[in-house]
Amino acid sequence: MYVAVKGGERAIDNAHAWLAEERRGDRSVAELGVAQIREQLALAVNRVMAEGSLYDPDLAALAIKQARGDLIEAIFLIRAYRTTLPRFGGSIPIETEDMTCDRRVSATFKDAPGGQVLGPTFDYTHRLLDFKLAAEGDVGPAPVGDTATVPTPHIMSFLDREGLIQSEPASDETPADLTRAPLELPAGRALRLQSLTRADEGFILGMAYSTQRGYARNHAFVAELRIGAVAVEMDIPELGFAIEIGEITVTECETVNQFTGSRTEPAQFTRGYGLVFGMTERKAISMALVDRALRWKELGEDDLGAPAQDEEFVLYHSDNIQATGFLEHIKLPHYVDFQSELELIRKLRREAHANIAQEAAE
Amino acid sequence: MNVMSDPNAARKGWLGLLAKSPATDVARLWTGLDIAPAHTVLRAPEIGGVMVRGKAGAVGAAFNLGEMTVTRASVKLSDGTVGHGYVQGRGKDHALQAALVDALMQTDAAGAVETRLLTPLRTAMMQAKADRAAKAAATKVDFFTMVRGED
Repeated sequence: MYVAVKGGERAIDNAHAWLAEERRGDRSVAELGVAQIREQLALAVNRVMAEGSLYDPDLAALAIKQARGDLIEAIFLIRAYRTTLPRFGGSIPIETEDMTCDRRVSATFKDAPGGQVLGPTFDYTHRLLDFKLAAEGDVGPAPVGDTATVPTPHIMSFLDREGLIQSEPASDETPADLTRAPLELPAGRALRLQSLTRADEGFILGMAYSTQRGYARNHAFVAELRIGAVAVEMDIPELGFAIEIGEITVTECETVNQFTGSRTEPAQFTRGYGLVFGMTERKAISMALVDRALRWKELGEDDLGAPAQDEEFVLYHSDNIQATGFLEHIKLPHYVDFQSELELIRKLRREAHANIAQEAAE
Repeated sequence: MNVMSDPNAARKGWLGLLAKSPATDVARLWTGLDIAPAHTVLRAPEIGGVMVRGKAGAVGAAFNLGEMTVTRASVKLSDGTVGHGYVQGRGKDHALQAALVDALMQTDAAGAVETRLLTPLRTAMMQAKADRAAKAAATKVDFFTMVRGED
């Protein structure tokens, strides 16, 4: 039961004023600019855009500053802002095949046509703290290489050509949108993918890890991981044709998983798919693994009772804004609720004492 | 689509370029152009969202990936030419300048606008892309699988 409380306005105002002061921190230290966050904490910005479900690096950087670096709070701010925007329309699906790749690796084919490009990765670093970064000092430009433009076709297309991988049926249907209608189960794959791409990275990582440890059997190879810029095109009614309305950086992960097949159907690999705003490869790989685990029904697999196969469990608990809203509300005033519980427990105790006293008297 | 057969290819090209170019670059070049065409604003700059879509498995059915911010505006020059601007982000001036450029590109001013605004924008964009591609190329690797001594 919800009962409004009144009062405390001055305390609330003062708490917010103090929050603002604490956000600023020690005034002898230079204030952090939004552009600095955008440029130098880019991976935090990317996470806020992905889970806030709004691609706008400046806004995400502002949200991080306002939230004092609490990324879930920043995501909350972006989600709230997003709801105020009029929707101009939906884009034509982006063509990740045409991506200008900053990074592109395959764990399955070492001679991937188009080559393996590491990009600006943490991989192969020693994970030793770099104290040079604590001191002032500029960084020189990165080395450059020979840029003979070679196409980078999806690795999966080679398996597809041989019929070794389950095909992905194309469709012109407008996908369901969980920001417009409440998520209902069973959710189609489009809704699942939308839900996963904006889901909490930690939750999806944990779910993906559980599949690797044996909860839902679907050993995954990363056929391809690519990060880079893609153009976004939309049909413009007043023009009568489609134009590019921007360019975004995305991370895409395609996994190859073990087979399906039957007496009549030859064995084929299956696939999982991850696509996330920004440079967010841990999230994209996790998404692909969880996508694959959730596909058990359509691929004719058994329900092994694994959490990652449970659509309701995954989709209803992966949104960190829903989760934090419900979790954190329990710290807000529940005085009347609690008062009734107090009265109940006192009554139970009184009755118990009375019973004991009565039994003793007998 | 075959670009050669698309009658709108040129206009698509400049609208896309204006949409993707940094607002500060567009503003600087627009000011430098020093053309102030008489116009009425048909649609005042409006900030909104576009739902970006992806495809399941990169090639399959569409799904909603998330929104991006877009600002749009429309203008009409005194000779009746209409221009539209759709740009990435929340730049109201950016959208208005894009709409004006779109309109001017349909007039006799097209040559000057092309040379002094669109060409520098295109060059800057290609340079930025080439710089990133060169850095990516420097990180290209060849993995060798080692023969394990099992025989």
